[in-house]
Amino acid sequence: MNTLTTNKLPKNPRQQPGRPPVARKRNALSKGHLPRWALPGIAVGSLILGAAGSTLGGFSVVTFAIYTAIIFVVASSTITTLVEGARRGKNALATHLVYAAFLLALIPLASVLYTVLEKGLPGINTHFLFHSMNGITGATDNASVEDGTPVLGGAYHAVIGTLLITLWSSLISVPVGMLTAIYLVEYGKNGPLARGITFFVDVMTGIPSIVAGLFATALFAVLMGPTARMGIVAAVALSVLMIPTVVRSTEEMLKIVPNELREAAYALGVRKWRTIAKVVIPTAISGIASGVTLAIARVIGETAPILVTAGLANNINVNVFGNWMATLPTFIYYQILTPTSPTNVDPSIQRAWAAALLLIVMVMVLNLGARLIASLFAPKKGR
Amino acid sequence: MTTNALRRNGSKGQAGDKIFSGAALGAGILILATLLAVAVFLLIQALPTFMADPTLISGGAGFFSYIYPIVIGTVIAAAIALLIATPVGIAVALFISHYAPRRLASGLGYVIDLLAAIPSVIYGAWGYLVLAPALVPTFQWLSENLGFIPIFAGPASQTGKTILTAGIVLAVMVLPIITSLSREIFLQTPKLHEEASLALGATRWEMITMSVLPFARPGIISAVMLGLGRALGETMAVALVLSTGGLIPSLVKSGNQTIAAEIALNFPEAFGLRLSELIAAGLVLFVITLVVNLIARAIIARHKEFSGAN
Amino acid sequence: MSKRIDVKDLNVYYTNFLAVEDVNIEIEAKSVTAFIGPSGCGKSTFLRTLNRMHEVIPGGRVEGEVLLDGDNLYESGVDPVTVRSQIGMVFQRPNPFPTMSIKDNVLAGVKLNNKKISRSDADALVEKSLRGANLWNEVKDRLDKPGSGLSGGQQQRLCIARTIAVKPQVILMDEPCSALDPISTLAIEDLINELKNEFTVVIVTHNMQQAARVSDKTAFFNIAGTGKPGKLIEYAETATIFSNPGVKATEDYVSGRFG
Repeated sequence: MNTLTTNKLPKNPRQQPGRPPVARKRNALSKGHLPRWALPGIAVGSLILGAAGSTLGGFSVVTFAIYTAIIFVVASSTITTLVEGARRGKNALATHLVYAAFLLALIPLASVLYTVLEKGLPGINTHFLFHSMNGITGATDNASVEDGTPVLGGAYHAVIGTLLITLWSSLISVPVGMLTAIYLVEYGKNGPLARGITFFVDVMTGIPSIVAGLFATALFAVLMGPTARMGIVAAVALSVLMIPTVVRSTEEMLKIVPNELREAAYALGVRKWRTIAKVVIPTAISGIASGVTLAIARVIGETAPILVTAGLANNINVNVFGNWMATLPTFIYYQILTPTSPTNVDPSIQRAWAAALLLIVMVMVLNLGARLIASLFAPKKGR
Repeated sequence: MTTNALRRNGSKGQAGDKIFSGAALGAGILILATLLAVAVFLLIQALPTFMADPTLISGGAGFFSYIYPIVIGTVIAAAIALLIATPVGIAVALFISHYAPRRLASGLGYVIDLLAAIPSVIYGAWGYLVLAPALVPTFQWLSENLGFIPIFAGPASQTGKTILTAGIVLAVMVLPIITSLSREIFLQTPKLHEEASLALGATRWEMITMSVLPFARPGIISAVMLGLGRALGETMAVALVLSTGGLIPSLVKSGNQTIAAEIALNFPEAFGLRLSELIAAGLVLFVITLVVNLIARAIIARHKEFSGAN
Repeated sequence: MSKRIDVKDLNVYYTNFLAVEDVNIEIEAKSVTAFIGPSGCGKSTFLRTLNRMHEVIPGGRVEGEVLLDGDNLYESGVDPVTVRSQIGMVFQRPNPFPTMSIKDNVLAGVKLNNKKISRSDADALVEKSLRGANLWNEVKDRLDKPGSGLSGGQQQRLCIARTIAVKPQVILMDEPCSALDPISTLAIEDLINELKNEFTVVIVTHNMQQAARVSDKTAFFNIAGTGKPGKLIEYAETATIFSNPGVKATEDYVSGRFG
């Protein structure tokens, strides 16, 4: 990891025809450095010591990894300090800590993904995917646990709710967000109104999701009475969260469309709005689409705003303008927090993890989709 | 001059331009109106709480004594999250920008972004069913050996559902925010500054402390502030992970509560004054996160002016 | 199908900054007029006022008159869109629309304005315009390929084809060859010679040999110093400007003593 040891100075001019072999001589530039085998050696040593240490107080992979990491970081930094001096010792310590931080950050990611897969897969079946929780009571779950029969009840209604609410919030946010971005880039000319909108879009980005939910509830409470809970309220709440993301990504994409293309269209006698609609937006569309997809991926997993706006339903409801509606996130939340059968929670937990797997697959597909859109439909850079 | 041939088609087709620019302007104004509406409607719905007889408020001693313990709980959870996520997040950003092999860097960045893509309810479920039970022995050890420090006072929670667990889950959730923003700023460090310090014989770490970190400081601060905004407002991780209770100093016992979780847990059954109380709590949260975010934006804006970039 | 341009007492501003001062010039129909002068003298800025492209830049405005066969472009009630469909423009860097095929690029002026055009008329227009731009033989087999796949010189000729497909009266060219290699430049210069049979052509160029080769008349612009407005110094037959200029500054510039 040192800058100097990795350079490519010839160590030993190999025997060339007609020249006597040169005696092996240590390169002057690598004097005072740890030999190459030092770090792997320390690593092996710390693995052994870590294993030994972790067996003292009940072996587990976690303590083994922690002990090994600590011993390795301390030992390698100390040895580097002793051999190469304090400055290089500090450098080695920093390097190892940075690597350790990255590995540490991977632990929760790996753990979450592993848990969701391990606990979610057993619950995924066609019954789960295509049935709602309608008619599933504590007694149903008790029976399935006591008799060992398959767990009944599924997340069909929640999938429908998630898709409908997300669809409606996209229908609200995408036009509003795109038009706002168009205003900012094409019409606003950085005037006071444009700067004001940019500022408040930034503010909106920071609104906590539960506050967005409360806003939508409060709005519909004033309009329709205090118990108005239905899909469209949730869609409005999600729009508050989605609009700033759409504005931001569209704005960025419109800004990188070269001005030359706009001028070329104007010079052909094309009106400004047609230039925007037919030249600027098509040029930026892949970036905009990928930004919108990411925005959808972000709101599809939102839970808090749904809790306070759409209520909870056990049955299929395809009408966003009436009655309560379930979504995958709220389904997960309620299955965990208030299991269908308080005495036998396992079926509820299983349904929750299966729904979590479903949700994570949706989010990942949207994320990958966004990347694909961005790379596949990007305009050819052949200029 | 009525004979100007260029005027013949004068107004034809201009309607499209007007409609389009009008729609764009309207959308922008709608956003401003929405934000104003958020404030106004929350205020309208919260008003009964501020007007009501203090004895009718939950706790029976007025809104302030109802709200301040959960405000402090919110701050504690967010503080734990930032204490963990800031150093780790910055180190991960450094790893991606300056340590990882070039070819892997963007892929690794995407892996960290995946952390941000996982829905909060799944983190909540993970914290509730995996992390909390796994932390029980650690909490026990802390309360037995470090119990004389108030924050580790025992007896430790047997379920692991404490504010410390919630803080750790929040840390995982804000880490990608801090990482991705810092990484961007690290990559903007002028290459000449970096090469200048390397040419002077600096080690990689010295180069980072001499040229990268000073350049990125305002950016890091604002990244941390944005992370703070997210941690303060995050609901599900806390609602699922924390076994709630009154305000207590110990981090390893059940207890404490945050605003967002308080709303989520109680809202579905709330009506009347209780409903208004929760909306008032939401308003308080809105104001707190607003202030935090404004500070972050102000730092970014000032930095932009000075750096001459953009 | 071409008209003359008369400019009277034109001042060009960026917000309050006077960029070009007091230009009077008469540009004949079916001729090639070249604008030459050192960098920053305002010749491109002035060119953009001839089809109201100048006002696309925030703060851009003019005082004075530009007459297209006697009709003032800047009279109130004149739609800049109408002006631009009669006075086309070719830019410094080739800028075909990256999302469109070669054919769609040529038809852009028609299609973007949603004018109805039958398939056979469209094909005829594409062929006529591409032939007019000396590009037909090179691209006739790949009309549906993206325009950005062409070489720089071909892209620039595609942009010229796109411009003549709108059937303008005047074509303005803003240093059309500065991003091209010598062979592509030659092709464009040949094309300009043919274009003047049908159109009025105004070209801004940095290359004095080019001005001498292609233009009938030449206008020399100069600037007294940074922050001062650019001015039209001399306007005459090209041969006169290059062999026997009336002003000392023109002679210094064309003989390479500055600029």
